[in-house]
Amino acid sequence: MSTSHDPGTRPDPDEPDWAEVHGSAEFVELRRRLRRFVFPMTAVFLVWYLVYVLLADYAHGFMATKLVGDINVGLVLGLLQFVSTFVITSLYVRYADRKLDPLATSIRERVEGGAAK
Amino acid sequence: MSAIAAGVTGNNPALNIGIFAVFVAITLVVVFRASRNTKTAADYYAAGRAFTGPQNGIAISGDYLSAASFLGIAGAIALNGYDGFLYSIGFLVAWLVALLLVAELLRNTGKYTMGDVLAFRMRQRPVRAAAATSTLVVSFFYLLAQMAGAGGLVALLLGITNKTGQAVVIAAVGLIMIVYVLVGGMKGTTWVQIIKAALLITGALAMTIWVLAKFGFNLSSLLGGAVDAGGKTGEALLSPGKQYGATGTSKLDFLSLGLALVLGTAGLPHILMRFYTVPTAKEARRSVVWAIWLIGIFYLFTLVLGYGAGAIVGPEAIRAAPGKANSAAPLLAQALGGPVLLGLIAAVAFATILAVVAGLTITASASFAHDIYANIIKKDKLADKNAEVRVARITAVVIGIVAIVGGIVANGQNVAFLVALAFAVAASANLPTILYSLFWKRFNTSGALWSTYGGLVASIVLIVFSPAVSGKPATASTPSMIQGVDFHWFPLENPGIVSIPLAFFLGWLGTVLSKERRADKYAEMEVRALTGAGAEKATPH
Repeated sequence: MSTSHDPGTRPDPDEPDWAEVHGSAEFVELRRRLRRFVFPMTAVFLVWYLVYVLLADYAHGFMATKLVGDINVGLVLGLLQFVSTFVITSLYVRYADRKLDPLATSIRERVEGGAAK
Repeated sequence: MSAIAAGVTGNNPALNIGIFAVFVAITLVVVFRASRNTKTAADYYAAGRAFTGPQNGIAISGDYLSAASFLGIAGAIALNGYDGFLYSIGFLVAWLVALLLVAELLRNTGKYTMGDVLAFRMRQRPVRAAAATSTLVVSFFYLLAQMAGAGGLVALLLGITNKTGQAVVIAAVGLIMIVYVLVGGMKGTTWVQIIKAALLITGALAMTIWVLAKFGFNLSSLLGGAVDAGGKTGEALLSPGKQYGATGTSKLDFLSLGLALVLGTAGLPHILMRFYTVPTAKEARRSVVWAIWLIGIFYLFTLVLGYGAGAIVGPEAIRAAPGKANSAAPLLAQALGGPVLLGLIAAVAFATILAVVAGLTITASASFAHDIYANIIKKDKLADKNAEVRVARITAVVIGIVAIVGGIVANGQNVAFLVALAFAVAASANLPTILYSLFWKRFNTSGALWSTYGGLVASIVLIVFSPAVSGKPATASTPSMIQGVDFHWFPLENPGIVSIPLAFFLGWLGTVLSKERRADKYAEMEVRALTGAGAEKATPH
C-alpha cells in the first residue's frame, strides 16, 4: 500500500519529507513516549503470565492451597490475571489519551497540512 | 442421568431449528440492507472503515468467541476443572499484545490485509506472497476446525445422528455463510458478528446469574457443588493438573500451548483485518478495549457455567451425551430453563459457527484477491478496481465450498488440535514478522521471508509428526487423527515452544544475512504508524 503503489491519489511533489519528520524533535519524543510505555508493560504482563502458567504447570500443591471455603490460590491468581489485564488496558488508554494522542495529532496535522496543498 | 442425555438428542429439534431460522432471517435482512452501500474495494474488504470503536469491539468479540471458546471452554471446565480455565486466561491476556504493540500501528500503515503492513518497506511480491500463504493456511485450519465441530453440534442439538443428514446441515450452514459474505461483504459480516456477540453474551449472562442464584451467589458453594458432583475425582477439579499434569511431557505441552495462545491472537489474520473497519487508530484502540472487556467478562461467565454444568448436570451425564464436553453448556441450559433455553443456546451456537466462518472466509478471500491477484499476478496495474472485488467474491465462494467439503470429510474426526495449530502458526509465522516490521529498523525482505516461511514450515512439520496426528491409540482420551500407523517423533502436540523462538531467530538471521537496507522507507513507515499521517480514511456514505 505504499505511496509508490498509489500514484493517483498522492502525486510525488506533494509527498511529505518523511525523513525530516522522522528526525524532528517532536517525533523523536512521540516514539520515546510510546516505547517507554509499551515495551516495559509488555515485559510485565508476559512475565506475570508466564509465572502464572509455570505455577499452574509445576506447583500444583501451592495452587491447591485453600484460602476461603473452596476458593484456592490457583483460582485467585487466575482471577488476578483478569484484573491485571483490565488494569493494564485502562492504564494504556489513559496514557495514550494524555501523552500520545496530542503529540501524534500535532505531527499528523503538520505532515498532512504540508502535503495537501 | 441418561434421561437428560437422551433428552438433548430427542428434545424438540423443531424448536431449535425454528429459533435458528429466526436468527438467519433477521441477519439476512441486515446483510441485504448493508449491501446497498457496498461498492468499492474499501467497502467490501473494510466496510468503508466506517464502524465505530465500540461496534468493532463487539464484532471482534463475536469473531473471537468461537464455538470452541463457548462450548469447548465451558465443557473443559466442567470435565477438567481448572485446566479449562487456563485456556481462557491465555486467550484473554493475548489481547494485550494486540492492544499495546499491533492494533493502532497496523491500522495506520495498512489498507486491507496483513500483507499490506508486512510488505510496506520490503520488496512487494515475495513478501505479499508469504503473507498471503500464511493467511490462507491459518484461516484454512481455523475454518476446518469450526466446520468439523458443526457436525457434532448438529448431532447434539438437532438429534440428527446419521452422517448424510449431518452433511446436509453442514452444507446448509456453509451456503448461508457464503450468502452473507457475497452479499454483505465486510459490512454484512460485521453486523452478523455484532448480533451474534450480543446474543451470546446476553445468553451467557442470563445463565450465569441463574447458576449463581442456585448457589446463593456464593462462588465457594458453586465450587463445592462441582466437587460433590464430581465424586472421587471431584476435588481435582479445583486445582491445575487434571488434564495436563500427568507427565513431564504433558506439562511441557501445556507450557507450549500457553505460549501459542498468548502470542497467537495478535497474528490471526481475521482479527487483524477487523482493525481496518474503523476510521482511525484511536478507534482501533477503542475497539480492542471493548473487545478485552467483553471477552474477559465472557470468560468469567464460562467459569461459572463450566463449574455450574459440573455441579448441576454432572460429569457422567456430560460424558454420556453426544458431543461429550461440548454438550456441557447446552445440557446446563436445558437443566435450567428447559427446551426453550436449550433452543436459544443451540441457535446461538450455530450463529457462532456462521459468524466465525464468515469472518475467516472474507479474510482469506481478501488476502487472495488483494495480495496475490491484484499485487502479484496483475502487478498492481489493475485498471478496473472492481475486478479485484470480483475476484474476492469468486474466491469467497471457492473457500466456502472448500469449507463445506472439509467440514463433511472431517466430521467426527478429532480435529480439536487444529485450533491450537492455527494459533501456533499465527504466533510463529505472523507475529514475529509483524513485530519486526513495526519496530526493527534493520528488518528487510529476506528476514520477513525467513521468519514467515520458517515459522510456517516449522509449526506444520512439528504438528504432522506429533502425537496429535499419529501414535496415540483410539482408546486414549484424545486419540490421534490417523489410526493404525505411528510416524510421530516430536513428543509435544503443541509446536509453539519450538517454532515461535525459531521463527524469531530465523527472522533475525535472514535479516543480517541480507545487505538490503531501506532506512528511508522505515522512516516513512514509522511516522505513518505512530501518527496516522496519510492513513486510509473512512469513505463517506
